[in-house]
Amino acid sequence: MAAAELDKIDEIIDRYAGKEGMLIQLLLDIQNELKWISQEAMERISKRNNIPIGHIYRVVSFYKAMSLNPKGKHIVSVCLGTACHVRGGLGIMDKAKEFLDMKTEGTTPDRKFTLERVNCLGCCALGPVVVVDGEYHGKMTPSKMEETLKRYD
Amino acid sequence: MPKLDSGAELEKLRQNILSGRDPGKPCIAICAGTGCLALGCGNVIATFKDEVKKQKLEDKVDIRETGCPGFCENGTVVAIYPDGILYVKVKPEDVAEVIAETIIKKKVVERLLWVDPSTKKKVIHEKDVPFYKYQKRILIGNNSKLDPKSIGDYIALGGYSALAKALFHMTPEQVLDEVKKSGLRGRGGGGFPTWRKWESVRNVSVDPKYVIVNCDEGDPGAFMNRALMEGNPHSVLEGLAIGAYAMGSHDGFIYVRAEYPLAVENVGIAIRQAEEYGLLGENILGSGFNCKVEVHRGAGAFVSGESSALMTAIEGRVGEPRPKYVHTSEKGVWDKPSCLNNVETWANIPLIINNGAGWFSSIGTEGSKGTKIFALVGKVHNTGLVEVPMGITLRDIIYKIGGGVLGNKKFKAVQTGGPSGGCIPEQFLDSPIDYDELTKLGSMMGSGGMIVMDEDNCMVDTARYFLDFLADESCGKCTPCREGIRQMLEILDDICKGKGREGDIKLLEELAETVKDTSLCALGATAPNPVLTTLRYFREEYEAHIEQKKCPALACKELISYYIDPSKCKACMICLRSCPMGAIDGGKGKIHVIDQSKCSKCNTCFEVCPPRFGAVIKVSGEPVPPPPSEEDRIIDRVK
Repeated sequence: MAAAELDKIDEIIDRYAGKEGMLIQLLLDIQNELKWISQEAMERISKRNNIPIGHIYRVVSFYKAMSLNPKGKHIVSVCLGTACHVRGGLGIMDKAKEFLDMKTEGTTPDRKFTLERVNCLGCCALGPVVVVDGEYHGKMTPSKMEETLKRYD
Repeated sequence: MPKLDSGAELEKLRQNILSGRDPGKPCIAICAGTGCLALGCGNVIATFKDEVKKQKLEDKVDIRETGCPGFCENGTVVAIYPDGILYVKVKPEDVAEVIAETIIKKKVVERLLWVDPSTKKKVIHEKDVPFYKYQKRILIGNNSKLDPKSIGDYIALGGYSALAKALFHMTPEQVLDEVKKSGLRGRGGGGFPTWRKWESVRNVSVDPKYVIVNCDEGDPGAFMNRALMEGNPHSVLEGLAIGAYAMGSHDGFIYVRAEYPLAVENVGIAIRQAEEYGLLGENILGSGFNCKVEVHRGAGAFVSGESSALMTAIEGRVGEPRPKYVHTSEKGVWDKPSCLNNVETWANIPLIINNGAGWFSSIGTEGSKGTKIFALVGKVHNTGLVEVPMGITLRDIIYKIGGGVLGNKKFKAVQTGGPSGGCIPEQFLDSPIDYDELTKLGSMMGSGGMIVMDEDNCMVDTARYFLDFLADESCGKCTPCREGIRQMLEILDDICKGKGREGDIKLLEELAETVKDTSLCALGATAPNPVLTTLRYFREEYEAHIEQKKCPALACKELISYYIDPSKCKACMICLRSCPMGAIDGGKGKIHVIDQSKCSKCNTCFEVCPPRFGAVIKVSGEPVPPPPSEEDRIIDRVK
């Protein structure tokens, strides 16, 4: 692991120093900044905070917001909450899979895109909704999905 | 800003803020909630700011970025006060005209007004739009009156006066008694009387005690907590501080799901501001009462919204529920007495303290008091957030406020209560909405999702959808939930694929009862509700799937086929070009035919075929008619 990344991890651990129960918050920060949680990151936290690594692994593997694999450059979240589902969210997901040539959700081999489903982003009125790199796209259609993805490189 | 040292100082500050404001000065309130953000309100706001600067109007008009007023379907929503003119679907290119006409010339821009779909009339004022008119917006109404990032706005509206009243003029017992008399019940789903939770925490003499806001709104199809947390975070904080005072707690947690970044941001800002003003933290308003509040982000697990699971998540561990023979009111976070309430429950508290229990309990029904915010979504005209008095009928919400079902489709069911709730059919539309009434119908209030479904939605598929969600979200700790939901899902999957067998319905019912009775937490105990209610009200749909391999709603992919009606096809090539599978044969002047072996049933041809032709037909439970002969496929355009 690059020294810069390790420094970043240390910096995040320092943010919560001396406070109990901050493991999830700490991991979320690492996820946000490094886009995944590597074995090295877990080992570092384990050593510095004196938490068994098995415990950290259990937390990381339990929560959806944390990823044990590096994510792609662009993160595409397709909402399949109820409101988006009844308005055709699955069709949007199928289109995204077709465009990215993927059979299931996950990261493309070139690590350009990570495709994932989310269960409700709370903007149901605009369903179906897709979020690409934090930017919301409402009232999606399969053809709009394709156009949108084409814009990302 | 020096810390406020007494209730009188808070009142003085309020007067100061108000005297510095001219109530007649126009204010452009632009929704900056997640919904409108998704529709590009960021650009609209920036353009308004630029335009005001360009025209040198900074002293003549205020711009306010507000939380969600609820009318999401029509975003970006812009309201111009003090008149309350409402503009909908505003784009950056409309901004110059709004400034020139409405702000300078005091004229209404007709083309941006909302049009009533039933009367085709334009409505000028917010208060006259039926979507707003039939609501009772005691909680969410303030969203458009304040900038959530400004504590001054909240104080100007009387914010934190309830906290001051509680601290200086009421004992903790009196606060508790007021909440008891109000009849407030938990807004997170179960509807447990709030005062009872509070009283049990208050009665435990252990220190510290914790008060917690549950904003882990994981129900798909619900977003009222998001809107309150983003749009009016101080109201939640004020309620929390009052609760802490009543229960003898000094530490609060706000648990927000990480999928709501704006809510996390806004509540963080609100806490910092409140501490700076001496309205949270040490020695609040000089009363000697302390209340420190911390934000915890959830990390994406539906089950972590369950009270005991949420509390373990706050401790930084995996958020799984535990058996509750020892209540969380005795042993919650770090094994200390903890009181968890929903965002909406907390937000009601300042209103109850300020206006009195009598006022609050005058709204609603015998057993359910006050208002409830619902997320009205799905196949309805005016989707968005609606706040209504308890006891209103489903019909009034869907038809009067929601403007009825989209298109010319027939209403089929409304799903309430999220994955724990059920589907309510048309014959119960006139039932009043309250906790007990919805439970009687086999559904529940839940946190307030309300999803309208029309004739195109298959009820078996809907039940399958929820079980799929729950199977994924089940933490796996107890067997009935982990295995039972999975087995039910498999059966439903089979039924939707046309592989349903005789006896499946009975088996489903048996499994459902077992999961309901024996699961560890409410996730499992309520998981069968979507299956049980659809079986109760739409059993014939299940039977059609199993016996005739037919999906009456024409929704289950494996049970439908598409064909092109030769008498309607105009050979326009639109469907042919859009078919991703290349399954449509035809040409200019040659009637199109779908090759059934290639068709992936993606529905694209059905969507793109111009409605005036309507040539693509879906069938289920019957074979598609044979295609016309080659000669008959040639269209003689002269004819």
